[in-house]
Amino acid sequence: MSSILKLVSQRLALGLLLLLACSVLIFVGTQILPGDVAQSILGQSATPTALANLREELGLNDPAYVRYFSWLGGVLTGDLGTALSNGQEINAQIGLRLGNTLFLAFWAAVVAVPLAILLGLIAVRYRNRWPDKLISGLTLASMSLPEFFIGYVLIFFFAVKWRWFPSVATVYDSMSLWEKLNAIALPVTVLVLVVLAHMMRMTRAAILNVMQSAYIETAELKGLSAFNVIFRHAFPNAIAPIVNVVMLNLAYLVVGVVVVEVIFVYPGMGQYLVDHVSKRDVPVVQACGLIFAAVYIGLNLIADVVAIVTNPRLRHPK
Amino acid sequence: MRIPISALIGLVLTAGFFLMAIFAPLIAPYEMAEVVGDVWEPRSAEHLLGTDNIGRDLLSRMIYGGRTTIIIATAATILSFTLGSFLGFTAAVIGGWIDQLMSRFVDLLMSIPTLIFALVVLSVMPVNTTMLILVMGVLDATRVYRLSRAVAVDINVQDFVEAAKLRGEKRGWIIFREILPNALSPLVAELGLRFIFAVLFLSTLSFLGLGVQPPDSDWGGMVKENKEGIVFGIGAALVPAAAIAALAISVNLVADWVLNRTSDLKGGRGG
Repeated sequence: MSSILKLVSQRLALGLLLLLACSVLIFVGTQILPGDVAQSILGQSATPTALANLREELGLNDPAYVRYFSWLGGVLTGDLGTALSNGQEINAQIGLRLGNTLFLAFWAAVVAVPLAILLGLIAVRYRNRWPDKLISGLTLASMSLPEFFIGYVLIFFFAVKWRWFPSVATVYDSMSLWEKLNAIALPVTVLVLVVLAHMMRMTRAAILNVMQSAYIETAELKGLSAFNVIFRHAFPNAIAPIVNVVMLNLAYLVVGVVVVEVIFVYPGMGQYLVDHVSKRDVPVVQACGLIFAAVYIGLNLIADVVAIVTNPRLRHPK
Repeated sequence: MRIPISALIGLVLTAGFFLMAIFAPLIAPYEMAEVVGDVWEPRSAEHLLGTDNIGRDLLSRMIYGGRTTIIIATAATILSFTLGSFLGFTAAVIGGWIDQLMSRFVDLLMSIPTLIFALVVLSVMPVNTTMLILVMGVLDATRVYRLSRAVAVDINVQDFVEAAKLRGEKRGWIIFREILPNALSPLVAELGLRFIFAVLFLSTLSFLGLGVQPPDSDWGGMVKENKEGIVFGIGAALVPAAAIAALAISVNLVADWVLNRTSDLKGGRGG
């Protein structure tokens, strides 16, 4: 047991270190690059006094490392600063929007994960026959489709032509869960279609990998039915790689969500980030970037930890 | 050599898209920014795809937009390949702490989602074509780096490389004359996938309003320009979106075939 604990804590420490390094990278990306923040905010025609004032206000005259540590200190104590464009507290804005984004991603995951595993199992069961080829063909196509293509096709038909769902996904607190779900039906569908292909392909590969083991051959030679072999013998041993696949793809959702929120004008983190990138509102961009990176690293970390914990060789050390 | 039908379709379409990009000014019936009609006119003999959100000919704009998309994506792919494979080979050949340093830095870059990092950088940098190519090329080079380093590490321990080292060849020779020719086939298969990634990435950035800036437009930007029409049942935004998908699928079909062929070759030679 101790070897697992040791491995897991090592992984967690590494994750924290990575996150810290990410915060440096994000800070460097927005502060030290040749582009001057004050200049970008005010534009080329800004007067020198206005530039100097803004630099003073943003603390740009301090050395970079002082600014980094004051920013990091703020982040660690839960203060993300104020937005440049409207002077609002970033914390209050992000709290609301992060909840909305997680709500969207959660329902996408609830639909996508079981569906991907089921399709993966079917593809393995009918390997190299038409169901497998059909599923593979569809995944190839869906991996090439940009999110906004799927999004606008769905809006065009389901929201405009047939009026089944709203084209704009607005959610607010007073809505009942059912109303919220109806509002996010289309964005969830897009997200599901985007991650399904990868998830299904990797699930298929994970099970096929297990299918080559000697005990699977034994099970086949015993005369078990193909479904029995896959469900009782192959699937339990493929759980660790499948969980890994699921986590990696949920991390991919983090990126997909940005575009989908813009398509459906959904009040989440992605929309918030994109709006403030065009306004060149650096504190907001830094805060959002850091949160997205943290979620992404967190999910990858969970994938690693699950892989360690579910590995029977580590669970029962000799 | 028999080319499977899917790869043939992919090849023909890909070639078609590239020819369209090269000869855009000759094929397009109207100028890119020329206002020739009403807003969102339906399809007609004069305007085969109708007109766009401010009355420009959609077909002409599609042709010029495709040119922009393909040129920027190609440039970004070339940059990411040159940078990524050169650094990857160097890391594999030199090894030691230089390899460690570069590989850990690449791990770090890859731990932030590409789109998010690009947005962070573009929030302070001027958005223009050069900057887009640089950002996309450098961020994508991380993936090429990983692949080419892995491939080069395998080649680096083979006898002919040992022989070259014992002959006293310099590192430049080892990288360009020994490793590069042998690493080419796995890298070529990756080339297509990286190009698709660049196309989708550029389109996404432009769609978010942070890529190619108006009045120029690529396909992603055209989706953005025409998206308001969707709620009125006008499908103008779907045309560039479908074109992006078609380009990506065509290249994917070719890349898939190249990938299968190169792995077949390896198998045929006894691993």
